[in-house]
Amino acid sequence: MHDAALSPVRTESRPWRTGLIIGVMALTFVLLLAPLAVVFAEALRNGLSAAVTSLSERDALSAIRLTLLVAAVAVPLNAVIGLAAAWAIAKFDFRGKAVLITLIDLPFSVSPVVAGLALVLLYGSHGLLGNWLVAQDVKVVFALPGLLLATLFITFPFVARELIPVMTEQGRAEEEAALTLGASGWHMFRTVTLPNVRWALLYGVLLCNARAMGEFGAVAVISGKIRGQTTTMPIMIEMLYNEYLSVAAFAMAALLAALALLTLALKSALEWRHADFLSATRRH
Amino acid sequence: MLRAPSPLPGFGLGLGVLLSALTVIVLVPLAALLGRGVVMGPAEMAGHLSSGRVQAALLLSFRAAFIASAFNLVFGLALAWVLTRYRFPGRRLIDAAVDLPFALPTAVAGIAMTALYAPNGVFGQLLAPLGIQIAYAEAGIWVALIFVGLPFVVRTVQPVIDEIDPEWEEASATLGASRLRTLRRVVLPTLAPSLMTGFAMALARSVGEYGSVIFIAGNIPKMTEIAPLLIVIRLEEFNYDAAAAIGLAMLGISFAMLLVINAMQIWNIRRIGHV
Repeated sequence: MHDAALSPVRTESRPWRTGLIIGVMALTFVLLLAPLAVVFAEALRNGLSAAVTSLSERDALSAIRLTLLVAAVAVPLNAVIGLAAAWAIAKFDFRGKAVLITLIDLPFSVSPVVAGLALVLLYGSHGLLGNWLVAQDVKVVFALPGLLLATLFITFPFVARELIPVMTEQGRAEEEAALTLGASGWHMFRTVTLPNVRWALLYGVLLCNARAMGEFGAVAVISGKIRGQTTTMPIMIEMLYNEYLSVAAFAMAALLAALALLTLALKSALEWRHADFLSATRRH
Repeated sequence: MLRAPSPLPGFGLGLGVLLSALTVIVLVPLAALLGRGVVMGPAEMAGHLSSGRVQAALLLSFRAAFIASAFNLVFGLALAWVLTRYRFPGRRLIDAAVDLPFALPTAVAGIAMTALYAPNGVFGQLLAPLGIQIAYAEAGIWVALIFVGLPFVVRTVQPVIDEIDPEWEEASATLGASRLRTLRRVVLPTLAPSLMTGFAMALARSVGEYGSVIFIAGNIPKMTEIAPLLIVIRLEEFNYDAAAAIGLAMLGISFAMLLVINAMQIWNIRRIGHV
């Protein structure tokens, strides 16, 4: 298509092309790249050592630890759920499949704040399960379980929707062959299915992880913002920013921005090298 | 393709894991929210929603999301077109940058854009003499939501542009249509369904957006206070019913909007045949 793209009847005249390219590049720099650049510029305003010092404060370290912990629990859980979901939906026919896919995507159209609100109404002290949880001495809201539930809610569709189209495209002939050759169910899954979807799985896990570490709205509602206990990195950014500790806020933000850049680099590498293993509809 | 009953194992296990996770993580919390609305009753709910502050916040959230998504519809189309059709230095950088809003946490984007557009910021300084204020005004909310929603339009339209059959445009040109006419009458109708899908996704995302908006908005009640922020404020006052009422209103309006867009999609596909 590269040559076809330049065939004269299929493209705009040269001034139009140049104008469009320049316009699009300028807007991309202003709208997308400038915010990224300013994060690092503001973080290093007082030099690298000031940024590093602010990141090694006790509360900052505990926020980093908490964010890593939440992602370390939520992302693998999500991968397992996504694999189970994709297996059932892509390899089998059953009634209500379309409804199920819609329900998996539901968290995309719910505001993170509304998701947090729903969790508070369920698990909070005035919520449906509030009294029971107090009796059991279990804390969900303003505690780690709440952060995990909020993160799981928000990231629920990420792995499943990468895997479903890929597994559907692949059909089930290879798995059936493995079974015919005497493989057990788990053996087949480990040696046939998983290798076939590994790049799509990695792709979904990358996006899921980026969102899990960066989630703000849902976590802000449920965290209670207890310093050193329930403040994740994004919450810490808000607290520092509201206290006018600009360098500290941007240093923390730069750390998350670096993670975002790493995610994008890995994602681009996956798209260029392993496009065949990702679904044609992977771009969304 | 999968018509025959499958000999594969694990259907029960897979479906079981999915259904229990979906129920515990997503459906039960949302049911608790709906339940709160039912217990409250329509009269009390209307009472919570009738305050001027709540209505202003809801109106602002949907208006800003609509404006930002409309901008993204045009800019996203141009971006997707340039990325798929033209070859130029820096194309891959721009292509990768489109995904930035997916990867960059919203709170990070929020403080970054505030730093850029605040009166003493890099862009703010340039715009202030022109009398244009972006940060701490509604325009700031638009900028934040444009950032958040852009990749949805680009990534939905891009593969469709890639798949346009070259012969359609060639036929149109051979029959004497100008390039502009070909774009308007041949290319645009082909892209319309995907544009609408991208618009709907950007809209759904930006209506509920919180992290990137609250820093740049200024959060003045009735002026730059978005609905999700008002939910957070009501929750901090332990006014759960008011928070639930606003949350339910947001859910209701969002789903109604998505239904309308879906209906338009179906009408559009019927009108121009399958795409």
